[in-house]
Amino acid sequence: MEVLNNLFGDGMLAMYGEAILVTVKITLLSTLLSYILGIPLGVLLYGTSKDGIFPSAPVNGIVGTVVNIIRSIPFIILLVMTQPVAKLITGSKIGDDAFIVYLVIAAAPFVARMIESSFREVDRGVIEAAQSMGSNNFQIITKVLLPEAKPSLIVGSAIAITTILGYTPMTYLIAGGGLGQMAIQYGLYRFESDIMYISSILLIILVQIMQETLNYIAKKSDKRIRGK
Amino acid sequence: MIELCNVSKTFQTDHAEVEAVRNVSLNIEKGDIFGIIGLSGAGKSTLVRCINFLEVPTSGEVKFKGTSLASLSKKELLETRRKISMIFQSFNLLSQRTALKNVCYPLEIAGVPKKEAEKKARELLSVVGLEDRVNSYPAQLSGGQKQRVAIARALATDPEVLLCDEATSALDPNTTRSILDLLKNINETMGVTIIVITHEMKVVEQICTKVAVLDRGTVAETGPVREIFLAPQSQIARELILPKSAAVAEVRGGPVIRLVFDGQSSFEPVISNLSLECHAAVNILGADTKNIGGKAYGQILLQLPADEGSCVRIRNYLTGRNIKFEEAEA
Repeated sequence: MEVLNNLFGDGMLAMYGEAILVTVKITLLSTLLSYILGIPLGVLLYGTSKDGIFPSAPVNGIVGTVVNIIRSIPFIILLVMTQPVAKLITGSKIGDDAFIVYLVIAAAPFVARMIESSFREVDRGVIEAAQSMGSNNFQIITKVLLPEAKPSLIVGSAIAITTILGYTPMTYLIAGGGLGQMAIQYGLYRFESDIMYISSILLIILVQIMQETLNYIAKKSDKRIRGK
Repeated sequence: MIELCNVSKTFQTDHAEVEAVRNVSLNIEKGDIFGIIGLSGAGKSTLVRCINFLEVPTSGEVKFKGTSLASLSKKELLETRRKISMIFQSFNLLSQRTALKNVCYPLEIAGVPKKEAEKKARELLSVVGLEDRVNSYPAQLSGGQKQRVAIARALATDPEVLLCDEATSALDPNTTRSILDLLKNINETMGVTIIVITHEMKVVEQICTKVAVLDRGTVAETGPVREIFLAPQSQIARELILPKSAAVAEVRGGPVIRLVFDGQSSFEPVISNLSLECHAAVNILGADTKNIGGKAYGQILLQLPADEGSCVRIRNYLTGRNIKFEEAEA
């Protein structure tokens, strides 16, 4: 009883609940913003490539290099380096909102590369057919590339969202909240390892739910499979 | 309808320049079913893409109804492409759209209202015989059905020209025949000029009125299918058209001639009569019958006896009977 009370009583449930909400909020918002930045970047990377729909070696070289550089900086260092950006946008270098800024900066280039590779899976012949029918580039992006790559894009978003979720515990560094922060707080500093385990299990469940849901949607939406 | 003047296309690779098309000049008239035949790598696909400017020629001019495509603005070019449709070997349907929505696509991008587009798409799908598959996705259709959807899609914008890039190469012989019949029908009933790219002589024989033989990027020979078939001049045309005897390398003895029959003379037992009258045995190395424009044409590759006398008799006999023949290489 003692143990259970310790874990679930006395406002502990409310604390888990709030931690879950914070983690979900940070994850979803960061993913959403990463995609808002990542989609145009991905389109640019794909479109300007050698066999893209508007090839341009210089643009592709510059965007590609910037994306690669950001992707190779370790997150924790990127976080420190981009503090002025977070301050500019959210007015603070710390807290959940600032953390979302850091996550988006780190994730957007990653998302862009994933979108680029999803687009590459679209049959070049289908794009050529669309061109032969007089489609302009905008129509090719919105009516051919995005819908044709949709299942692959959704699978990509499952990867992106779980990766982003995996970074959320780092909020503890900048006084943010959430499940990960709770696990570190209780496990590392207070030696209450049972609370650490519970919040970790909750994290795992969250990851599974998000991943399975998105994979299910991807499978459901794909019309390339016979007999549906 | 379509004029190509000295069209060349050079690709720059890392190591060298590749001249895929060299100085091609062709004139394709309204209502033609024009075949462009050649072996793999002859530049057929590149040439056909020059016609709708999917590939911009390195030099030369492409004219559609008298207007040079190079002189058009980007917007005008996109609009012109709606008048020059294209179908492909791999069908290239949108895999996430139903047959109906695939046919709607070109209308959608042309700004046709949705309801009107769907009505037209349904009509076209029944023209190609797929009225019961409107809601199927490409993955649920067979190869022939996919090509039919692609044809319906290509017809959606009321094109004047239809480019077929190896459109039947991925299909079995029966399906090929039915697709070719459909194309011929479209040509006759809708007046669409059709350009057929292929490596198969059969396709040309079955539907084309004119043909150009492409060899290593240049036109080796061009003219009405019947003429080219009866008397191919270029080496490549002969390779593509003439029957080959399996034992060609082994042939020893007398000279080889090629007899050509048009519809009339094929009723007569020519070879038997020839043997009887000339008292000479001949060796049949190869034979073939083709249907060109609904008429049967046959050809036989014949090896004559080695002695000079028999050869003269046989040649005289054939000339006397008005049977076309020519010397052929063994």
